[in-house]
Amino acid sequence: MEFFKYSKTYNFMGKIKQSATLSLAFVLLSYVLLMTKGLNYGVDFAGGTVVQVKYTQEAPIDKMRELLKANPLFHNASITEFGSPDEVIIKLKTSSGEVGKDIGDETRIALKQSGDFEIRRVDIVGPKVGNELKEKGVMSLVLAILGILIYVAFRFEWRFAVASIVALVHDVSIALGAISLIGLDVNLDVLAALLTILGYSLNDTIIVFDRIREGVVKSKNVELSSIINESITRTLARTTLTSLTTFFVVFTLFMFGGEIIHPFAFTLLVGVVVGTYSSIFVASPILLGFGFDVKKYHAKLAEKTKREAEKQRMREQFESGTL
Amino acid sequence: MRMKLNYRIVIFALAIVFGVVFSAPSILQTEGGKKISLGLDLQGGLHMLLGVKTQEAVKSHIKSIASSVKHFSERNDILVDELAFDENGVSFLVLDTDEIPKFQKYLTEIVPGSILKVDGEKITLTLTQKEIEKTQQDAISQAIETIRNRLDQFGLAEPVVAKQGKEKILVQLAGIKTQEDEQRARELISRAAKLELMAVDEARDARVLNMSNADASAYGDVILESAKNSQRKYLVNEIPILDGSMLTDAQVGFDQNNRPVINFTLNAEGAEIFGDFTAKSVGKRLAVVLDGKVYSAPNISERIGGGHGQISGDYTVLEAKDLAIALRSGSLLAPIYLMEKRSVGPSLGADSIQASLVALIGGFVLVIVFMMVYYGLAGVIANIALVSNLFIILAIMSLFGATLTLPGMAGIVLTVGMAVDSNVIISERIRELIYEGKSMHKAIEDGYANAMRAILDANITTLIAAVVLYVYGTGAIKGFAITISIGILASMVTAILGTHGIYQMLEKRIQKSKNNRLWFGIKG
Repeated sequence: MEFFKYSKTYNFMGKIKQSATLSLAFVLLSYVLLMTKGLNYGVDFAGGTVVQVKYTQEAPIDKMRELLKANPLFHNASITEFGSPDEVIIKLKTSSGEVGKDIGDETRIALKQSGDFEIRRVDIVGPKVGNELKEKGVMSLVLAILGILIYVAFRFEWRFAVASIVALVHDVSIALGAISLIGLDVNLDVLAALLTILGYSLNDTIIVFDRIREGVVKSKNVELSSIINESITRTLARTTLTSLTTFFVVFTLFMFGGEIIHPFAFTLLVGVVVGTYSSIFVASPILLGFGFDVKKYHAKLAEKTKREAEKQRMREQFESGTL
Repeated sequence: MRMKLNYRIVIFALAIVFGVVFSAPSILQTEGGKKISLGLDLQGGLHMLLGVKTQEAVKSHIKSIASSVKHFSERNDILVDELAFDENGVSFLVLDTDEIPKFQKYLTEIVPGSILKVDGEKITLTLTQKEIEKTQQDAISQAIETIRNRLDQFGLAEPVVAKQGKEKILVQLAGIKTQEDEQRARELISRAAKLELMAVDEARDARVLNMSNADASAYGDVILESAKNSQRKYLVNEIPILDGSMLTDAQVGFDQNNRPVINFTLNAEGAEIFGDFTAKSVGKRLAVVLDGKVYSAPNISERIGGGHGQISGDYTVLEAKDLAIALRSGSLLAPIYLMEKRSVGPSLGADSIQASLVALIGGFVLVIVFMMVYYGLAGVIANIALVSNLFIILAIMSLFGATLTLPGMAGIVLTVGMAVDSNVIISERIRELIYEGKSMHKAIEDGYANAMRAILDANITTLIAAVVLYVYGTGAIKGFAITISIGILASMVTAILGTHGIYQMLEKRIQKSKNNRLWFGIKG
């Protein structure tokens, strides 16, 4: 089976205007969302308490609200259904430092008359740990991007590195925008998903860049845009295929992975789509925009080969004692 | 037709054998052998980060110095007045200044890390910064030791109690069935279990209900409430006669009404202090104080030697048992508090395992079918690499006894999607070369050579992200970084080396068949 014709070259760089508009619109929209609606930090980063309760029948949410109201501890509690009607999440912005009797125990006692239930999960994160996790989280994103930047600059060229980082920022921004849009709780797992997007989107970009690099060296053609078009076309099957297989597994994770894995799977789902798009329509046009000069690069390469040949000759002369 | 063996296929075969053999104990859940352990989020359990209020440890250290001064003065018949302490140290007056050198010698002996200042009759003892830090560090190590002792006696398998960072304590308990049990465990470890024997201030106790805390402290006393009835108050001497540090044993017993009590035994020093005090205080009351509450205040009718005592209260046998454990394993020098807690019930863990297994199998089957449909036999070869990759991930995790968490499961699922990437890249390159009319041998060899650079770069950048995640991630997230990293490294052997070996072995056969549709899913 083949998705794309081998012989045909698609003109991707001819679509720069449309793709740039689309990307800019999405990124802008994401930032507007982030600035107005903002991110919903979960307990991991904001600190607080989450109690997950499962009833043997449908959860009596109104009754729960009433019962919890009696205890001032649950003053600002939000009570929402979680995945199925018999499961409920109680969220508090506050945390308690007590080890012996904590908010989970208080919930159990307060809800005693609400029916037959089981407390399945209690997460309590104190403010100090929350701040530490936040710092570490930001640090990890920055370090990952920096590490990747250095590696790509070392393996390719600085323009490639910058282009791939712009694509990464594009992807993460849109993913964050989507997270903000549907009001997902941002916890450690979402951060892990964002870092995975970084790695994944970069994978795609690097495969395309590798082809472009190869094209620049091999091709007699000096028009960068046609080299890029050809390279993207050659890797199009791979890009689509890998995106599809990854999409399959992430989608099954999203559908069947359970409620707890949902935020993680959702973030990845967005990331896979955006990451695939960006490697074609963001990273490569930026490379083009940087004015990477193929002629100059050829000249540089020729110069390099010449220098090396010269060096080699000198060495040979030196070794044979004629110098 | 004879197929040629090559070094790649041999290494690949060895890797598969390694994967199958070492993953077997985990997959089949055999008795022996190294296995992957399930994280607390999958098997259910309690994870806590605890802090220690070290300031309190310094305070109680100073308090115990004051106790010692008092006891020393009484024993040696030296008159001491205005004995007081604050957060920095202890001060008191020695009425007979000739006795001051005795005190100096004694104090430098029991608290080496202190500065002694003598001003006329007044001796002031201040703790040095170093001594304070040492006390704080000791409090943390002691808390870890104590919590570990208590949990060991609680009867759960392999509790984890470890220091994390400079001042946090990590506690992990697996195998807790209900939230009630979990609360019992938490109460056990957080209980200060500080036993103090204190003298009731008989001269003023009658007026206790009319006294404020400030009034009491002016007399060197404190007001404590009864454990049974919070309205009942006692006025006791602030400086205890002795405390639980001199306790050697605590056991559950029963009193004459068959109610559970705790019998404790003091060490030789404690027994001596106890004997001296009771001999001197016949007719007065002795308050048995546990965690700041008076459990009983019996009248002293005679000198009590031997160092045995009893704590009676209204508790159940189970509570008495936990209390005895807490007393035996020593009191916490400083109170602990909760910084972070993650608690997952066993049923939720089981649900998570099931859900992620469904996702793993579902994703796996989809990918495998898709690869076969798209690439034909090349897809089958890629699938062989994918399956062996899965075994190798499990084998390496088993060998290291790694912990599989829910994000770790997600990592394995994701690896399935990404590990085929290498084979997709390679297969596309080979197809391309076939179209260009290259020979089968050249198409395979050049296909691998051309694909190699891109695969390496892609894998290394993903590894960079994974390593960062491992270093900066916490808890379960680390599991995700681990499975992703192992998956990528394993795919180097399976997807690159292994499939290359298979192609080299089958090369003649592919050439002869001339069926590119069957082998690579393309025309021609």
